[in-house]
Parts: sequence; C-alpha cells; structure tokens
Amino acid sequence: MEFFKYTRPLNFMGKSKLALAISVFMLLASFVLLMTKGLNYGVDFAGGTIVQVKYNTEAPIDEMREKLKSNELFDGASITKFGTADEVVIRMKSATSSITVDIGDVTREALVGTGEYEIRRVDIVGPKVGNELKEKGIMSLVLATIGILIYVAFRFEWRFAVASILALTHDIIIALGAIALVGLDVNLDVLAALLTLLGYSLNDTIIVFDRIRENVTGSKNTELSEVINESVTRTLARTTLTSLTTFFVVFMLFMFGGEIIHAFAFTLLVGVVIGTYSSIFVASPILLWFGFDIKAYHVKLADKSKRELEKQKMRDQFESGVM
Amino acid sequence: MRMKLNYRTVIFAVAIVFGIFFSAPSLLQLQDGKKITLGLDLQGGLHLLLGVKTEEATKSRVKSIAASIKHYTQREDILVDALTFDESSITFSLLDIDDVKRVKNYLKDTTGISIDVNGESFLLELTPPEVIRTQKQAVDQAIETIRNRLDQFGLAEPEVARQGDEKILVQLAGIKTQEDEQRARELISRAAKLELMAVDEDRAARVQNMSHADAAAYGDVILDDVKNPDIKYLVREIPILDGGMLTDASMGFDQNNRPLINFKLNAEGAEIFGDFTGRSVGKRLAVVLDGKVYSAPNINERIGGGSGQISGSYTVEEAKDLSIALRSGALLAPIYVMEKRSVGPSLGADSIEASMIALIGGFVLVVLFMMLYYRAAGVVANIALIANLFIILAVMSLFGATLTLPGMAGIVLTVGMAVDANVIITERIRELLLEGKSIHKAIEEGYANAVRAILDANVTTLIAAVVLYAYGTGAIKGFAVTISIGILASMLTAILGTHGIYQLLESRIQKSKNNRFWFGIRESK
Repeated sequence: MEFFKYTRPLNFMGKSKLALAISVFMLLASFVLLMTKGLNYGVDFAGGTIVQVKYNTEAPIDEMREKLKSNELFDGASITKFGTADEVVIRMKSATSSITVDIGDVTREALVGTGEYEIRRVDIVGPKVGNELKEKGIMSLVLATIGILIYVAFRFEWRFAVASILALTHDIIIALGAIALVGLDVNLDVLAALLTLLGYSLNDTIIVFDRIRENVTGSKNTELSEVINESVTRTLARTTLTSLTTFFVVFMLFMFGGEIIHAFAFTLLVGVVIGTYSSIFVASPILLWFGFDIKAYHVKLADKSKRELEKQKMRDQFESGVM
Repeated sequence: MRMKLNYRTVIFAVAIVFGIFFSAPSLLQLQDGKKITLGLDLQGGLHLLLGVKTEEATKSRVKSIAASIKHYTQREDILVDALTFDESSITFSLLDIDDVKRVKNYLKDTTGISIDVNGESFLLELTPPEVIRTQKQAVDQAIETIRNRLDQFGLAEPEVARQGDEKILVQLAGIKTQEDEQRARELISRAAKLELMAVDEDRAARVQNMSHADAAAYGDVILDDVKNPDIKYLVREIPILDGGMLTDASMGFDQNNRPLINFKLNAEGAEIFGDFTGRSVGKRLAVVLDGKVYSAPNINERIGGGSGQISGSYTVEEAKDLSIALRSGALLAPIYVMEKRSVGPSLGADSIEASMIALIGGFVLVVLFMMLYYRAAGVVANIALIANLFIILAVMSLFGATLTLPGMAGIVLTVGMAVDANVIITERIRELLLEGKSIHKAIEEGYANAVRAILDANVTTLIAAVVLYAYGTGAIKGFAVTISIGILASMLTAILGTHGIYQLLESRIQKSKNNRFWFGIRESK
C-alpha cells in the first residue's frame, strides 16, 4: 500500500504564506484563550484537595452538596462528575496539613446516608509543594528546550536549531491554547505530555531537516526553497505515517485510558496533529526566512573537511615521524 | 537459497531471549525472580510528603535545658527566681550571688548555648549553629523514628526517605483499607512525647476558673484530661522529666485485664524520678502524653527503679500502637502534611485495566496498519515492536523499576514511537528501490541514511525524557523511565534487529523479485 507516491516535488514553500496565516491565527487564538479563559491549574500546581468518590449507583450530587455544606472544611468545594455517572470528584482550594484530621476520613463520614460509596482517591497538595512543582515544571520545559537547542545546533546549524525551537514553541502554545479552550485541569501529567510533545514534534522536524541537510550537501541545486520542497515531499510519507501510528495509540489512550489519563492523552492528541503540521509547514520556511544560504553552507562544509584533512595529515606525519 | 547468519541477527536473538526470560517473572507473576513493582497509583497506597516544624525542636531543646537547670538547682538547694524561657533563650536569676560560680560551672557542660551573666541574672541563648544542628537533628530523628514505627507496624516495605532539607517522603504500598491508612497515619504523626509533670497542688483547686495566661503567670500550664476534656489539670510548666529518658515501653494488662503501657527509665531518669517522688509524697504526678493528661496518681512513697505505667482506657490495638510509638522515640518536632496522595486499590485496578485496553488496542491498530501498509516489511517491524515490549519489561524487572500509570502511558506511547524508526527505514528502502537500486544496495543505503535521522530524533526525545526524570516527581518519573528504556530498546530492535532480519532474508528477497510482497510497493512500469 502506498498513500504517498513521489512523482515530483510539491510546492510547500509556495504555500508558506498561507501556512503562516494559519499559524498566526492559531497562535493569536491561543494567546487570547490563555489571556481570557486562562489555564485551569489543577491541585498539583495550584495546591488544594481532590477527593474522588465512587458510588454503586449514580452519584447523588445534589444530596452530596447538601451534606458537605455543614462542614466548613468543604467551603467553596466544587463537586463534579468524573468520567462516569457514578464517580465524582470534590475539589477544594484549601489543603489540610494535619495528619490525623484527614479530609478522606472527614468526607467518608460526612457523606453517610447518601448511598453506598467508596473513597477512591485523596490528593492533598499544600501551597508550598504546589509552588515548587510549578517552578520545577517551568524549569523542566526551559531546560529541555535549551538541551534540544544545543543538540540540534551541534548536529545541524544554528538556524536549524532556532527554526526547530520556534516550531516547538508554536506547538506548545497552540497545545496550551487547546487545553485552555476545553478547560482541562493542568496537572503534572499535562506537563509530562507537553515534554513528550517537545521530543515528539521535534522527531518529525528532524526527519525533514535531516533530508534537507542531506540534499543541501549532496545536490548542486542552490535554490533553498526548491531543496526544501524536494525534501519535504520526499519525507512526507514518513512524517505523516509516523504521526499516524502515534496518533493511533494516543487516540486509544484518549478513548479507553480512563479519566485520570484523559488530560494527558488529550494534550498529546492535539500535540501530534500540530506537531506534524508544524514539521511540514512551519519549521522549514523559518529556515528560508532566516536566510540559510546553501552556498555559504557548502563553503563552511568544505572548510571543515579541509581542516579535518589537514589535521589527519599532520597526525599521520607525526605518527610516522615518531615511528 | 542460503541464509546468511550475521552478527545483527545474533544480537537481536539474544536480546529477544533476554527480554522474554527477564520479563517472565513480571508477566507470569512468578514467585522467584526480579519483578516490576507497581506504583502506588496502580496498586493503591499512601504517598505522604511530610514537613517538620523544626522551630518546635529548638523550643523543646530550650525547655529541656530549663528542666535540667531546675533539677540541678533544686538538688543543690540553690534558690532561683523567675526562671522563664521562650523559643531560643532562658532567663533566670539567683537569689544568692555566691551561687553564680557554681551554676556557671554546671552550665559549662551544656553545649550549644551562649551564657551571659549580669550580676546574679543569667541569659542563656542557643547559638545559631546549635539551632541549625537541632533542626537538622529533628528531621533526621523524625525520619528514623517514623521508619522504626512503620517497620514495627507490619506493612510490607514501607519507604521513608529524606527529600530536600527538611521534607520526609513516606510511601506505603500495602495500605488496602481506609482503616489501615488511618492507623498508619496516626502512628506516623504521633508525637509520643511523654512528660512526667508535677501537679501544682497549691493552686490546683482553682484550675476551672483559670485562664492560660493566669496559669502562665505562676509558671504553670493547664492540660486537659485525655478522655474528658472538661477535666483540667494545673501542672508545673517545666516537666520533671521527658520521654528522652525512656528506655523501653511495652503493652501490658492491669489486674482487671485492661491494656496499659509499662515504661522504664534510664539511670538518669530513674534518679530524677526517685528524687522527685521522694520530695513530693502526698502530691500528684501527672503522666502527660502529647499534651494530654493520661493519669495523675497520688505519690504515696519514693519510687525508685525508674519504671512506671500509663493507664487509660485503650483498646489493645491502641495500646500496641502507642507502645510502638513510645519505644521508637518521640518526635522532636511535630510533622505536618505537605502533600498527600492516597489511591484505593480498586481505582488502581481500574487504571491497570484501562491502560491495558489502551495498550492492546493501540498495539493491534499499529500492528495491523504496518502489515497492511508494508506487508512483509511490516511484519519485520512488528517483530521488532514485540521484542521492544519484552525488553522494556525485562529491563524494568531487572532494575526493580516501578510501573506507574503515566509509565503505562509511556509504554503505550513507545508502541507508537518505536515503529517510527521502521517506518522511516522502510520508506527509505522503498524510495531507493523505486530509484532502481538493487535489493542489497537499497537495504544498506536505506539503513545508513535512515539511522542518522532516527538517532538525531531519538536523542532529542531522550533529552526531554531525562529532564522529565530529573524534575518530575513520583508517577511522572515512571513515565520518563519507560519512555527512555523504550527509546533505547527501539534502537536495538528497530534498527539493529530488523537490519539483521533483512540481511538474513536478502537472498530470498532478491530471488522472489516481489517488492509488493516484501515492501508493499507496486513495481512502477
């Protein structure tokens, strides 16, 4: 089976203006969403309490609200369905720090008379820990980005590195916008998804860049946009197919992975799509805009190999001299 | 049609055997062999990040210095006026200036305090290094104590570790019910601070009408009875001795067969206790545990030997837990919850089920797609994929790694990402075949070119995974681990392994001339 049969290079660079427009629109929309609606930080980062309760039958949410109202520990608590109708989570902004007075026990006692239920999960994150996790989270995103930047610059050229980082930033911002749009709780798992996305989206970009690098060094064509078109077209099958296989499994996680993994899977789902798009339409044009010059690159490569040749020569002379 | 055995095939075969052999204990739940441990989020359990109120430790250090000064001066008949203390200092003055030298001499042995004498008044302060030392010791001691208590509680593999400077991570996997959890939490948090205090008999009758400020003015404190908070006791603020001088505590029964706790004091404690009881016949002695009065018996005679009892109406379980707590020592400073995550076993089982469905579903989709799209090449890729899964499980088993829910997601994701390498390689081979290259050339050049791209792509994902491991906590670390192992294993299986298979089959492929069967391409005519 072949979805993509290479016949001639497709003119991706000719569409770069349209892609730019789409990207700018999505970025702006994401910014507006992040500004107005904002990210919904979950307990991991904001601190607070989550109690997950599962009933034998449909959860009597109104009755639960009534029962919990009498205890001041539950002031401002929100009760929402979690996945299925018989499961609910109680969310609170406050976090109790006493070990013996436990919110799980309190909830269990407070809900007596609302049916048969089980407290399945209690998460308490104190404000200090929440802030620490937030700082660590931001640090990890920044560090991963810097690490990738250095690696790509080392393996390719600085313009490739900058282009891939810009494409990644583009992906992350749009993924965050999508998270804000559907109002997902941002917890540690979403951060993990974002970091995976970072690595993953870069995978696709690197496949394209690798081909551009190969074609730049190997061909006599010095028109960068043509080389890019050729390379993107040649790698189109891989870029889309690798994304497709990943999309399959992430989609499975999203559908069947359960409520707890939902936000993680959603972030990756959006990320895989955006990452593929950006690898094809965003990353390469940036190379063009930064004025990557094939001739200059050839000169640089020639210099490099000349230097290495000289080094080798000297080493040979040295070694034979010693011997 | 000879098949060429090559080193790649051999390594691949060894890797598969390794994978199957070492993943077997985990997969088949064998008794022997190293197994993957399930994370708290999958098997249920309690994760606690505890903070230590270290300022309380310095305060109680000051308090115990004050107690020893009081004991010394009483024994030596030195009259002391207005002995008071706060968080880090003690002030008192002597009535007889001639005693100053003796007291100074006595205090010389107390380390970590600065002594400032002005005439007959003393100002003692904890030195800054001593404050730091005391606080550090409080955390160390809390870790040690909690570990001791949990070990005696009888749970399988409780984990107690220091995190950062003053945080304690406690992970209890064996907790199955909320009652267990409650008991464990109470055992952990129990200060188990035993104090023997003198009841202030001169004013005890007026205790019901006294405020805490009134009591403080006399150097007293008001404490509640453990069972009935309406019963109050007025006791001297500085205890006669505390649990630090305890050598043993065990559960026993009184003559009515009710559980109680027997305790023994060390030599110093026994001496102080003997001195005090000898001096205070006819008065009451309050046995105070964690700020509550458990009993306040009358002292009928001097009690030597240094042993005593704490009675109260406990259940056998409570008495047992309490004696564990006393025996393993008091917490020098109170602890509090900074983070708690508790997962019920049923939720963990649900999570396993859900992620297994996702794993199998994703796996089947990917495997089918690869076979449909690439035919035989897809089958080769699928073999690599299956080998990859085994190797991930084997490596995790060998290291006794913890599988968490995000870790499961990582394995699922690896399924999608590990075939990427094969997609890249096979696409490249197809391309070269279409250019009219020979099978041999197409395979070798295809691998040579694809591997560079795959390596670069994998390294970047690894960078992200390593950062995730370094900065992630708990369950997220599990994700980083499975992703990293998956990527590394995929280099072995998807690049080296499949290459070996192609080399093995090369002459066969060449002979059949059926690129549609082998690589899923139609010959362009």
